[in-house]
Amino acid sequence: MSGWRTAAGWTAAALVVVACGKGGEHGGAAAGGGATASAAVPFPVDTAQAATITGRVAFTGAHPPAQRIDMGAEPTCAAKHPNGAFTETVVVNDNGTLRNVFVYVKSGLPANLTFPVPSTPVEIDQDGCMYTPHVFGIQVGQTLNIKNADGLLHNIKARPTINRPFNVSQPTSMTTPRSFTAAEVMVPLECNVHSWMNAFVGVRSDPYYSVTGADGAFNIGRLPAGTYTIEAWSEHYGTQTQQVTVAAHESKAITFTFHG
Amino acid sequence: MARDRSARRPAGPSARLGFGASVTGVVALLALLAFRTPASPHAPQQTPAPDAQGRLVYQKWCAGCHGDSGRGDGYAATRLWPRPRDFTRALYQVRTTATGELPRDEDIRHVVDEGMPGTSMPAWKATLSSDERAAVVRYVKSFGNFQGNPPTAITMGSKPGGGSAAVDSGRALYRKIECWKCHGNAGRGDGPSAARLKDDFNNPIRAADLTANWRFNGGGTVEDIYRRLRTGLDGTPMPSFNDLIDGHIVSDADLWRVAMYVRSLSPEETPRVRDVVRADRAAALPGGPDDSAWTRVERFYLPLVGQVIERPRNFAPAVSGVFVQAVHDGAHLAIRVSWSDQSKSPDTTWTTWRGRMARTMADDSVPFDTLSPFPDRLVIQFPVSAPSGMERPYFLMGNADHPVYLWDWSSTTGGAAEAVAHGLGRQEPIGAQPDSVTAVAAWHDGAWSVQFVRALVTADSTNRLQFAPGRAIPMSVYAWDGSNNEDGTRAAIGSWNAIYLAEPVRAGVYVWPVVAALLAFGLLLLAIRQAQRAAAQAAPRAASEPQGMEAV
Repeated sequence: MSGWRTAAGWTAAALVVVACGKGGEHGGAAAGGGATASAAVPFPVDTAQAATITGRVAFTGAHPPAQRIDMGAEPTCAAKHPNGAFTETVVVNDNGTLRNVFVYVKSGLPANLTFPVPSTPVEIDQDGCMYTPHVFGIQVGQTLNIKNADGLLHNIKARPTINRPFNVSQPTSMTTPRSFTAAEVMVPLECNVHSWMNAFVGVRSDPYYSVTGADGAFNIGRLPAGTYTIEAWSEHYGTQTQQVTVAAHESKAITFTFHG
Repeated sequence: MARDRSARRPAGPSARLGFGASVTGVVALLALLAFRTPASPHAPQQTPAPDAQGRLVYQKWCAGCHGDSGRGDGYAATRLWPRPRDFTRALYQVRTTATGELPRDEDIRHVVDEGMPGTSMPAWKATLSSDERAAVVRYVKSFGNFQGNPPTAITMGSKPGGGSAAVDSGRALYRKIECWKCHGNAGRGDGPSAARLKDDFNNPIRAADLTANWRFNGGGTVEDIYRRLRTGLDGTPMPSFNDLIDGHIVSDADLWRVAMYVRSLSPEETPRVRDVVRADRAAALPGGPDDSAWTRVERFYLPLVGQVIERPRNFAPAVSGVFVQAVHDGAHLAIRVSWSDQSKSPDTTWTTWRGRMARTMADDSVPFDTLSPFPDRLVIQFPVSAPSGMERPYFLMGNADHPVYLWDWSSTTGGAAEAVAHGLGRQEPIGAQPDSVTAVAAWHDGAWSVQFVRALVTADSTNRLQFAPGRAIPMSVYAWDGSNNEDGTRAAIGSWNAIYLAEPVRAGVYVWPVVAALLAFGLLLLAIRQAQRAAAQAAPRAASEPQGMEAV
């Protein structure tokens, strides 16, 4: 941990990081502009010094097939899935990687480091009686806009164990803002009207997280040099961790492999 | 409330069950006291500190269900459904605070005081002192994380007027905000999403039957219902509709109107349990369970409880009570039984529910195939002959010496058959005869109604009760919901009630009282006359005698 500077410095660093970041495809450090960056302490690891951990989540073996969802009771939603709707518990990409894995820095950041709350909200949509995205990250205090594009009754219920649970009714097209008060991986979301609907939110107090998409890749950038425990969380296969040490300006690629 | 009612009743089975439960409770309590809180001979006089007092009250009265560490895992927990609350999550259904907020102390206190109708949680206000209840609230809070902002109660708007127009508007809103998705078209908890509902502990949970407001967890008044709409029931699928007001999608007054409509689905008064079902004499019997003639016949509510005496037992009965109506025409007796049942069993929509219920209540269940199609079933039980005294057969389908006579309706056969039973599960059919009981059933929006008809007197009277007007005949009811895995001994049962067939009203009933009244009036006049005459004769002496004598 040598080379760490003051917490205030790191906070300012994060502000600058956030202000400069334009938000990668995978959501890592995809935070909004930190409007409160009045303390213009120089970023201890400037952009040129920042480290990056990238990689992919591979998958081997057999996996449970996606189940076709019977939306017969909800014709409006069924019509939005002409080729059928399928469960997203396990989605293996064409390139043999696993989608919807939440990858984040579990530990290694100095405990006294704090990060500004991004002003850009995260959005989850209920469209065709499915949650989009199915797995995503958010920062503590950041606004989660819960959108109902279906215009029919959904209840959005968060079932955290650390945060306070909530259960909000949305019987029509509307957007409900919510937020979380504590880091928690993961907070399950569900709809009780449509028992097949579920999603997972990784709530972090820092911006160092990423979710694998159609290419199975993740990217956690703008990290200070250090040794980190990186965890990969899968809805079906649980978690895996790896220790990674990155030096300033280093970009290291790691691979998680889940076995069916 | 159901508990209160059965407690007041004479020693029927529910009273006996209650007694048995009390005995079990007392034994458990003694065990708890003996092993967990040994009396200290040194400091018995000391007033315990608040937490210590709360702990004592909790361990004595609460831990049996809620568990020593508040995890809802007391020794009784696996037999209870809904399960006792796990306090470690600080998650409370009945609150005055917004969804996601902690409850106020007053909210927890309210549930301790009043209990949770429709669940096993009793009201404690008559058992525990105010201090004890306050202490137990503090102790219960210590199991969960109550850090953070002190919760504040939501601001309740004022209830709009409008009477039946407001109720009609509430009905339209009930459709608009899609309450029916879970609670069903007529509010009986039979909506398309009902079969898959689960609570935050992944236990199956029913959408409330809105036609039985005396069983609403958070209370059955319009105000209670409105508050549930605003706050939701956290930990259950019931969401908060608060955001709809903030988003100007519905108004606060609209939510009041929904609450008024929901309240209107239940009877104005909580049904009182009466011992005797009266069958008045009618010129003709109704043509079937949907005949509008039944709307003019008085309804009698008979509460049912799970059969927990013989194994396999039923700790989570689906049917909590039935309404019974009866009329006779001098030759035939018609009995209509109606009750809420969310499924028309066998119904594959409820297959997953059956599996989940079987796992939840596995502790006491003999394994069975949750795919075998159990029907819905209703049995009316009578003695085989009208008893001359007070003695009735054993209420659980009689015994070897004193059998019972049954009318047995099933949703699979659609009709009824007669049977004789010598105990639960020891039932033998009585072969079909020209004058056998008939039954016609109808299922609408989560409710069965079945009309039974039988001749008062039958050709063959072996084991077949002969009805006669003018006397109370013992009667009781059993119900099974096949989609709740109910079959055989896994039934909902009632205590012995009675049915009384009114005798035809003779003209004399009206004439003789009038004659008697006239006669009495005449005699009275005569007596007054004589008294006045006597007084007139005595008048000259009156001045010299005390006044009071006249009154004698």
